[in-house]
Amino acid sequence: MAFDEPTIAEILRRQGISRRGFLKFCATTASLMALPPSMVPAIAAALEKARRPSVIWLSFQECTGCTESLTRSHTPSIEGLILEQISLDYHHTLQAASGEAAEAAREAAMRENHGKYLLVVDGSIPMGNAGYSTIAGVSNLDMLKETAAGAAAVIAVGSCAAYGGLPAALPNPTGAVPVSAIIKDKPVMNVPGCPPIPVVITGVLAHFLTFAALPELDDHGRPKVFYGESIHDRCYRRPFYDQGKFAETFDDEGARKGWCLFKLGCKGPVTYNACATTKWNQGVSFPIQSGHGCIGCSEPGFWDMGPLYKPLSMPIAPVQMMVGAAAAGGAIAGAAMAMRNRAAKKSAQAAHQKVTVEDLEKAK
Amino acid sequence: MSERLVIDPITRIEGHLRIEAQMKDGAIEAAYSSGTMVRGIEVILRGRDPRDAWAFAQRICGVCTLVHAIASVRAVEDALKIRIPPNAELIRNLMIGAQTIHDHVMHFYHLHALDWVDVVSALKADPKATAALAQSLSSHAKSSPGYFAEVQAKLKKQVDSGQLGLFRNGYWGHPAYKLPPEANLMAVAHYLEALAWQRDVVALHTILGGKNPHPNFVVGGVPIAISIWPDHPGRGKGPHYRGGQGGTALDVTGLQRIQSVIQSMREFVDQAYVPDTLAIAGFYKDWFRQGEGLGNFMTFGDLPAKGMGDPSGFFFPRGAILNRDLSKVHEIDLNAEDQVQEYIAHSWYDYAGGKQQGLHPYQGETKLNYSGPKPPFQQLPVEQAYSWMKSPRWKGQAMEVGPLARVLMLYATGHAPTKELVGATLKKLDIPVQALFSTLGRTAARTLETKLLVDAMQGWYDQLVANIKGGDVDTFNETLWEPSSWPKSAKGVGFMEAPRGGLAHWIVIENEKIANYQCVVPSTWNAGPRDPDGKPGAYEAALAGHAIHDPKQPLEVLRTIHSFDPCIACAVHLTDEEGEGFEVKVVPDYQ
Repeated sequence: MAFDEPTIAEILRRQGISRRGFLKFCATTASLMALPPSMVPAIAAALEKARRPSVIWLSFQECTGCTESLTRSHTPSIEGLILEQISLDYHHTLQAASGEAAEAAREAAMRENHGKYLLVVDGSIPMGNAGYSTIAGVSNLDMLKETAAGAAAVIAVGSCAAYGGLPAALPNPTGAVPVSAIIKDKPVMNVPGCPPIPVVITGVLAHFLTFAALPELDDHGRPKVFYGESIHDRCYRRPFYDQGKFAETFDDEGARKGWCLFKLGCKGPVTYNACATTKWNQGVSFPIQSGHGCIGCSEPGFWDMGPLYKPLSMPIAPVQMMVGAAAAGGAIAGAAMAMRNRAAKKSAQAAHQKVTVEDLEKAK
Repeated sequence: MSERLVIDPITRIEGHLRIEAQMKDGAIEAAYSSGTMVRGIEVILRGRDPRDAWAFAQRICGVCTLVHAIASVRAVEDALKIRIPPNAELIRNLMIGAQTIHDHVMHFYHLHALDWVDVVSALKADPKATAALAQSLSSHAKSSPGYFAEVQAKLKKQVDSGQLGLFRNGYWGHPAYKLPPEANLMAVAHYLEALAWQRDVVALHTILGGKNPHPNFVVGGVPIAISIWPDHPGRGKGPHYRGGQGGTALDVTGLQRIQSVIQSMREFVDQAYVPDTLAIAGFYKDWFRQGEGLGNFMTFGDLPAKGMGDPSGFFFPRGAILNRDLSKVHEIDLNAEDQVQEYIAHSWYDYAGGKQQGLHPYQGETKLNYSGPKPPFQQLPVEQAYSWMKSPRWKGQAMEVGPLARVLMLYATGHAPTKELVGATLKKLDIPVQALFSTLGRTAARTLETKLLVDAMQGWYDQLVANIKGGDVDTFNETLWEPSSWPKSAKGVGFMEAPRGGLAHWIVIENEKIANYQCVVPSTWNAGPRDPDGKPGAYEAALAGHAIHDPKQPLEVLRTIHSFDPCIACAVHLTDEEGEGFEVKVVPDYQ
């Protein structure tokens, strides 16, 4: 029965979407994931064959902000995702069944899709005492180990699952640890952020759906495609920084004109995330555009990296030169950063080559 | 026969909730509510900059994602006596209103609906008859036979695939489901529509707070500066000269988008949420006769017109109602140390003064002490400690907070639009006013207050636009921003009406740092365990007497628990490993 299920391509066709439209969807997906044009036929092939992969979502020490963020994704939409692209077989906040019936759904999905399902985790795991967090009377640690055993890969969504997040902030009262501290024998990808950007969560799911593998990760286990550049480098207020124009308070002339928030404690220079480029909630805005400095929520240990409103003083290695000099108000820093930016942009452009539908049809 | 019913996890809620119920002859004799996860956010807050507290506290919950930030900035403002500019108050009101509307709609369609709507039955519906039903209820645009046929086809595909996903193991076919197939299909269509709607209307938070979940706030006002210069000639370069376009998200385009969000909220609430609630409730009138247990209700008040210091300007009034007596509203005082107190007799905490004591939040002294069974376990020892939640009490009374409390308070204080709305609802459903004290009374109250809020949003927006037009663009009061300007010690309380009820944070500031921080949260009032006198919390009292048709499919429990809209990450909060005393820790800077 399972093999008679409609593939994504069939679903799109039934909805009146043409082959051309389908390829366009694949091209958009490829460009979102910064893949070269040569990969597009592979994406198309994978999507045409796919059975909806099983996804099990476990929630530990969390606030449900990551789930809320998931529901805000517009490409793909949450309703498209759960009805047509994945089979979300266990998810506390959204599933119909409770109690025993809910646990039975998780166990059945693990059994039926052994070795193939994707495990998504939000929230940290308390190691101080097994009783600090339980589901169905089972400790988070045991449930994570049991569910990860048959998973193809694990995605740690949100800064708590990725790095320990808020529960692990000093003095870490419950001994909270991230997923990667426990799961060592499976690929674990971190998708940090408090919460992560909606389309970043669905973007990495789409990548797994397409390739049955995780995308390229950086040193912190994050997908490079979304976390490769600093907020500062991509910020629309960057020209003001280069000119030495800063908002001094939240509603002064500079704040209203969109000047740089560096002096109000913005952590954009040391934060790697896609907020300044993809923005939030369908590109409406992002924290800096709405007048508040970046709080650095996708960086490990950001809660303990200093008061929110204290300007960066001696930041970490790669940006040290630029911020140090900028604090002195120098133009040299701007030039140094511009060079660094140009290098970064070049590599980004190489990764983001445009793919047209015509190219695809040729490739096919 | 006596036996224990255990439901864990309770799904379609926020957080980790376990319900145990002692059963007798197929009905619940006594219910026990347990929060099973703790993080210790208040101890993490100690020693930090009070201006940062909102960001930490906000992460208590990502569903009602702004409420703890608002309570937190208000607590600091109360402690330091900071007044925020009128525009900041309007912007906060717009954001609070949007949060509650968003939250209530998602609760109804995505968390609560499946207690009343049999998804599988929708497959048997006639799309034509469904369209006729929908059109008889409202002028909602998406109500054609073709539209419902398409939704039904989507659903059929899902069922035929054998991969039911989120709907797997649901209690489909349970005899307690009473809706005809057409009503089920209409509700499924609106379940999907509401997912798309909520994603769009969240733009209001994103414009004003930069993102959602977890938009940004600031002590002393709001971080979003108004990038509009209505009186400037358009010459030169840059946002200043373009009339302010693009300096921040709150430019002319941003304002227009906020207006369109308010419009969209109003349309969906008027055309889908209100009529759907009434239509579904009409099939379940027996649920207007059970599911409310305490009879005590409390609100802290919110949505100010004249600052937080003047409750006479609150849209939601403040007060307490005891024993369902709507003729008398009691005054409450959050600073009075004999009014709000928290007990831990059945919680996994210790007090230096013993397990029987009650403490006002300013004294909030606690220590983690998990004394429950070692996981994995089957059953909790409910005669001892059984929850990470505490038991807050007002003058020793267990109180229910939330939409029902607010609607009752508006009704009891003679708010004309509420009286009219409640009256029309009762008449339409042909039920008496006592029917409000019930599971569906709570659910209906949530819908009714959403209707009141969508109507109020326009007023705040219009006032904001009028202020900007008049040249007032202040959004932040910087006079007490620098910690050096603060008194050596200060304390204050910040309160609000969160979607799930009255919320308050108490802060003690010593030497520019947080010395103590305590939150008493709506779901703690509602979901907390028994107190030292054995008096149950609101969930526990509400469940008593429920007949359970099939313990393997405890739909009845879910109906009443979901009518409260549990938020358990919120409800569980306190930890202090060091025990009593203030240990002020200095957070390291970047260096």
